Amino acid sequence: MSIFIDNDTKLVVQGITGRDGSFHAKQMMEYGTQVVAGVTPGKGGLKFENQVPIYNTVYEAVEKGGANTSVIYVPPMGAADAMMEAADAGIKLVICITEGVPVLDMTKVYPFIKEKGARLIGPNCPGAISPGKSKVGIIPGRICKPGRIGLVSRSGTLTYEVVHQMTVAGIGQSSCVGIGGDPINGTNFIDCLEAFQNDPDTDAVVMIGEIGGTDEQEAARFVKEKMTKPVVGFIAGQTAPPGRRMGHAGAIISGSAGTAAEKMQAFEENGVGVAKRPIDVIGLLKERIK
Amino acid sequence: MNIHEYQAKEILRSHGVPIPPGEIARTPEEAEKLAEQYGGMVVVKAQVHAGGRGKAGGVKLAKTPAEAKEHASRILGMEIKGLKVHTVLVTSAADIAAEAYVGIILDRDSKKPVFMVSAAGGIDIEEVAAETPEKILKLPVDTRYGLRGYEAMRLGFFLYDDVKKVKVAAKIMQQLYAAFMESGASLAEINPLVTTPEGEIIAVDAKMVIDDNELDRLPKIVALRDETAEEPSEVDARNSNLTFIKLDGNVGCVVNGAGLAMATMDLVKYYGGDPANFLDIGGSSNPEKVVNALRIITADQNVKAILFNIFGGITRTDDVANGIVTATKANPLKVPIVIRLTGTNEEIALKILNENGFSAMTDMDEAVKKAVELATQEAA
Repeated sequence: MSIFIDNDTKLVVQGITGRDGSFHAKQMMEYGTQVVAGVTPGKGGLKFENQVPIYNTVYEAVEKGGANTSVIYVPPMGAADAMMEAADAGIKLVICITEGVPVLDMTKVYPFIKEKGARLIGPNCPGAISPGKSKVGIIPGRICKPGRIGLVSRSGTLTYEVVHQMTVAGIGQSSCVGIGGDPINGTNFIDCLEAFQNDPDTDAVVMIGEIGGTDEQEAARFVKEKMTKPVVGFIAGQTAPPGRRMGHAGAIISGSAGTAAEKMQAFEENGVGVAKRPIDVIGLLKERIK
Repeated sequence: MNIHEYQAKEILRSHGVPIPPGEIARTPEEAEKLAEQYGGMVVVKAQVHAGGRGKAGGVKLAKTPAEAKEHASRILGMEIKGLKVHTVLVTSAADIAAEAYVGIILDRDSKKPVFMVSAAGGIDIEEVAAETPEKILKLPVDTRYGLRGYEAMRLGFFLYDDVKKVKVAAKIMQQLYAAFMESGASLAEINPLVTTPEGEIIAVDAKMVIDDNELDRLPKIVALRDETAEEPSEVDARNSNLTFIKLDGNVGCVVNGAGLAMATMDLVKYYGGDPANFLDIGGSSNPEKVVNALRIITADQNVKAILFNIFGGITRTDDVANGIVTATKANPLKVPIVIRLTGTNEEIALKILNENGFSAMTDMDEAVKKAVELATQEAA
């Protein structure tokens, strides 16, 4: 098994005719993902690569194309609308790659998607891959290898780095999920940890965090309270200088500065293995899975 | 994007928030003139994008125009947290009977803008929050419906007993919320919201931070950007669509993705070096971005070695390779360069680099170690 995407994933690519959308649609098709539809308003009736039908709306992609998952490559000012259209059309998993989506837009998108009973991953994320089965997003397929370790990350390229190092070390992955680094995103660490805990084909989980916010600290507590599988983690930004913070609201709301040291301490206290360098993830995993 | 106090006040004023008169001065003489115009006590306040201005001596009370001039001459040109003060706000001083705190922040946890109000406002509000959290009311707002009347009243009742004041406060909450939403803010704060001895409620200080992702649709807000208040190289980088933060080390880093960029800096430190910067060329990079990145990094005299760490996903590594070749043909490098590059279109990228006399590595730790070594040699 795997989490979120697998052989049953039938994908619609929103923004399939754009520069990034078309490039990555091809890559996903080459990887073996079932790309059943594309959406670009005004280009309905055409075919992408002489193969994938393009529709004007996501509704058609669901009704006529049979899509159950969507990936979004539309520009930032149109992304909120694209996410809501996908959920409204009945898509149950919406993955938004687009970077630069206004956060206030997300305050409307998030509850909308929840109410539709769909899952959103992202925005501003690299997507997900279940190696050997399906890839949705932009994670390069060739760096992955089928296996039994789950990976969840707030970062994009740092995810590739860690996955690549795992693969080189002979450690395959059940699924890798990039949740994105924006302040408001659809899926958080705990959602993914829970899914990995429930996935019989995942033995351990790697968690890649960053400075800022308190998601990693909460995830660490979740690991201690709810998980039986080993978890190891890395936090980027250990040497980041403190910013010139404006106003008091940030400190009042979270009571935390969100530093790497704070997060690594939370890992330590809750039994999450702490990697000082990305490469240290490998050694920690090997100790824990034997 | 940060905006100045005086700009935040103008936005709030335009939404009806009561604020004492104030204008900016760029010279001590202008400050004196404004103090004369307002009469009575004024406050001279440094306009910089940093907190803790009062503690740094950047906020002073003046009884006379001459005193305002004197304060302005001391504050203008002073540095607060590394930022030079170019302007001061001169504003009528208010008599203070009580100080409240009102803020809105985009909250990761509730995924909503959250109002936070406290009757114990002022500069110690963070201690109040830490030690007596019951003195702060937090109220998340569903942006699909906006701040509802009863919510605004509830915030008002948390601050005041007198229903007249509560109604005034509720109106200010609505005005602040409207300003927050229309400006694409991630933070808006009035601290203190002052009650005068006469029972008037006025905003004496204001801060707003704008979500950078909003700027493409808010030209009026973009126009508020004060580039003199920022590090010049950071302004240059932003105009080239790069995210750049200048640091004090000597290893210039060019990386794609914020997480990998931070991890690269962490590794530079781990191997005994010091990063000269944080630089994220972002996704969808084109060769021109790389050219600009190299220009910005090589302009820093401290840089003794350049480290590229590119893991291509949406970024095509051949774009980066082309950028390196173009940039170094136009301006040959004076310091050594270490290129680590792997991912999308890697074969094409390596071919381009090899044909142009560059070698590239594929292991991150090895590349960082080498860059640190070269920088240390160059510096010696």
